[in-house]
Amino acid sequence: MPKTAAKAKRSLKPKEIVEPAIARVPITVRVNGRPYSLAVEPRILLVELLREALDLTGTHVGCDTTYCGACTVLLNGASVKSCTIFAVQADGAEITTVEGLEKDGQLGSIQKVFGDCYALQCGYCTPGLMLSTYQLLSHNQQPGDKDIRKAIAGNTCRCTGYQNIFKAIQVAARSVKGG
Amino acid sequence: MKDNNRNWVGKPLPRKEEGRLLRGRGKFADDIKIREMLYLRFVRSPYAHARILKVDTSRAEGLPGVVGTLTGKQIEPLTQPFIEIGPEPCAKIRDFPLAVDKVRYQGEPVAAVLAESPSLADDASELVQVEYEGLDPVVDAEQALKDESILHESAGTNKVWNGVFEYGDVEKAFREAAQIVNIDRLHFHRFSSTPLENNVVIGQWDPKDDHIYYWCNNSFPSFAIQFLAAHLNIPIDRIRVQTFDIGGSFGIKITSYPQMAVCALASKKAGGRPIKWVETRSEHMTASAHGNERTFRDTRVALDQDGVITAITSRHVDDCGAYPRYEPLGCVIWSQVFPGVYRFKNARIDFTQAMTNKCPVGPNRGYSRMQHLWFLERVVDICAHELGIPADQMRLRNYIRPEEFPYTTPNGCVYDSGDYPKMLAIAKNLIGWDEWKKKQAEARKQGRLIGIGIGTTLDSGTNNFGQSQIVNPHAPFSGNSQGANCKLDIYGEVVVAVGSCPQGQGHETTAAQVVADVLNISPDLISVRTGFDTERNVHTGFSGTYASQFAVSGLSAVHGAAQKLKAEMKRLAAFVLETQEDDIEFGRGAQGPELRAQTKGKSINYWGLANIVNVNSAVLPPEMHDITLNCRYIWRAPFKVPDTKKKYGNLTMTYASQLHIAIIEIDRDAFIPRILDYVAVDDCGTVINPAIVEGQVYGATAHGIGAALMETCVYDAVGNMLTSTFSDYTPITAMNMPKVKYGHIETPSPHSYSGAKGMGEGGAAPVHTISAALQDALFSSGIIIGDSFNNADTLFRAMVGREIYQADKLVKLERRA
Repeated sequence: MPKTAAKAKRSLKPKEIVEPAIARVPITVRVNGRPYSLAVEPRILLVELLREALDLTGTHVGCDTTYCGACTVLLNGASVKSCTIFAVQADGAEITTVEGLEKDGQLGSIQKVFGDCYALQCGYCTPGLMLSTYQLLSHNQQPGDKDIRKAIAGNTCRCTGYQNIFKAIQVAARSVKGG
Repeated sequence: MKDNNRNWVGKPLPRKEEGRLLRGRGKFADDIKIREMLYLRFVRSPYAHARILKVDTSRAEGLPGVVGTLTGKQIEPLTQPFIEIGPEPCAKIRDFPLAVDKVRYQGEPVAAVLAESPSLADDASELVQVEYEGLDPVVDAEQALKDESILHESAGTNKVWNGVFEYGDVEKAFREAAQIVNIDRLHFHRFSSTPLENNVVIGQWDPKDDHIYYWCNNSFPSFAIQFLAAHLNIPIDRIRVQTFDIGGSFGIKITSYPQMAVCALASKKAGGRPIKWVETRSEHMTASAHGNERTFRDTRVALDQDGVITAITSRHVDDCGAYPRYEPLGCVIWSQVFPGVYRFKNARIDFTQAMTNKCPVGPNRGYSRMQHLWFLERVVDICAHELGIPADQMRLRNYIRPEEFPYTTPNGCVYDSGDYPKMLAIAKNLIGWDEWKKKQAEARKQGRLIGIGIGTTLDSGTNNFGQSQIVNPHAPFSGNSQGANCKLDIYGEVVVAVGSCPQGQGHETTAAQVVADVLNISPDLISVRTGFDTERNVHTGFSGTYASQFAVSGLSAVHGAAQKLKAEMKRLAAFVLETQEDDIEFGRGAQGPELRAQTKGKSINYWGLANIVNVNSAVLPPEMHDITLNCRYIWRAPFKVPDTKKKYGNLTMTYASQLHIAIIEIDRDAFIPRILDYVAVDDCGTVINPAIVEGQVYGATAHGIGAALMETCVYDAVGNMLTSTFSDYTPITAMNMPKVKYGHIETPSPHSYSGAKGMGEGGAAPVHTISAALQDALFSSGIIIGDSFNNADTLFRAMVGREIYQADKLVKLERRA
């Protein structure tokens, strides 16, 4: 279709560097122990900062409305849904993402247990679930069934039916308790 | 089978996929960035049915950072309408990925904007002004069939397809029936399994080589490229599709080819820059694909004295939304399980599919069969209750018996194996049937409503695409196939590629288990390529991951390729070691796996073999030149083209089965149904990896429980979708998911090389089971569960409002002398 291609080319606008209408805001964050100083558009969400600016793509987006928890990260030790926080709100914060769960290149205990218990299938929800588990076990090393369900109530998994996730969290709790 | 090694197949081998997924290093489509990439945002219709008067993109194009826009009017002259699978008159539908003259469902894409960043694309999309003239929307399939408001003028009707599936002697069976049950209306609701990862497409129409490149998460790419090549007027070999890790599909991601088309066209318009489109959840909910909604009218069931069903007649109306697209395959796919798990021989189903002003439907876990299986389970339970026969006894009287396998159904499908009575016995035992019966009686005395329900279902896998010819005799599809490649690479690595497109089913693991047994090595030594890539050249026109088939089609292809490789390795080793082929043994030496000449005490390792073929080939005599150690194998299913007039023939290779039992209590004050206990028993023949199978069963169970109690796509009377976010749609969470007791049996399939049956979809067993349990809880109050979706609101309307589900209005029993 040479004719249309030529026409299409004429309608093209040249590439431009676009400055946002609102000035970027400088922020400093520490992610998985590493400090970053950067300037972000005020409307950018924390999850966009992590995925787009810092290339930490282990944190996922599933629902855009704080339901599914695929974007769960730890913000100053507390689990938050990073799709519901502006990047500027994280200024000065300490953030842990799934990429920060490894210890010296080895799987962290929660990661290992999730694997051992077949607690994942497609793996899209898994980072968020492991961080919610981390949060639970840092406060409660003997969670009962209800505690476990509540802790991950905000993490949707469409593959596993949660059964093996329940199991993994119980096993992880035992291993944390056992040292 | 030549290799009887079962060191790895059948074991719960940890999954090979875990290493990257647990570390957050999975490679999902949205993780990919390409130089010069632009971001695409769709402008979507707020109306369900309207004429497009004007699309004004000038303000959007004036925004700094916006590179261009695209409208339906612009792409119409550049493309062919998408292929329609159905026959006339619906073959006349002109389906373009952006609406041209009309919009036909809320959320239909009308225009696209391209910008330097996702947020600029968002901003610009809001500046596109579209003028509409409202048209009458039709959201109900039966209403649509009156053709008072037509969606597609070129077709002239909203009816997509109608066909009568009649087998046996229906009239005779009704004449001789001892009792007849009439059921006025049953309805299977619209829902979607909503994978957690939305659709994502990166598309580039590269002007340098005039190829189209896709990095995406479509789950049936070999089908998508057939549609795209015809639509975009490009040779199919110039479309490369790659997928990587996919965050679930459940069939839904088969339907992303229209958006793939837009990305290619947009890239062309943008001079070849790659275009990324990341679907939002609301876009997914309103405009991706939903499962088929189906209404069952005027059902008549003939039974003998003992409650054995002898005939069923019924009229089924299926709602496929605004565009048939992958449909009308759903008009015939249900007939893979025509009699369900039951023995009746006489039946007439009059099946019609209609278009409505709602989101197009697409394959969704349990696709087209679950609706029909739910219908049959409802029929069985309603008859049981009308006749006063316990639900378990009713089933035992009607189940196909274990000794009858392989069982030919009235429409010519061959059920490979199964033992439904045994599954029922196991399920009853696991749930504690007798105790629950006692508890139920006690609870009823206290005024508590506890119901016990059974659901038996089938998961038919590896389908015969010849079924498409029942819908359209001119459809050029039949059979089924899958490809795989198994090679010994230059340094001796075993590398496997398959034409499947996994989304969490663990194909890398199970493929490695199969090859490990063929070569007698550890699966750790086998690398299985991730995702799908047309350039691996292992796909056929049926390659993808859908319809519960990997264990059969995928692993048969892998097994075939591994056997070929093994044969070549043996031949080459015999030559090198100067011995006979039957002297060669596959073993393990100090340097890893090797081939030994048993009588000569010599051996050669994998590197040695690969070295000769790849980079040291002068040592090979000409008669060995055909050895490549790079073996492609195409497995083909042994199907025939069905008799399209009689609608008769084998439509599926394997029939996995599931039997679930649920105990449910309905809260008397709040009407909330609560699951007290749940059992799932599975039979998928010989199991390749029990941990993966168990995981699939749990997942399908959660989807089914969610669908039965929480998840429904709600439209208002004018076609506004009311459940367009997860907060409205409420996918099942850890708070709602009961603990599932799991049991399984293995009835090996005589139809697959390994005895395995395809599984994973699960046949929506919980939907059947929960309807049955709710009915059991309520039947003494004269209520029949007539819809597959039930929540507190439904139950309130039935129990207090008496608006719906009243047995005396819906069901009539005729007893003959």
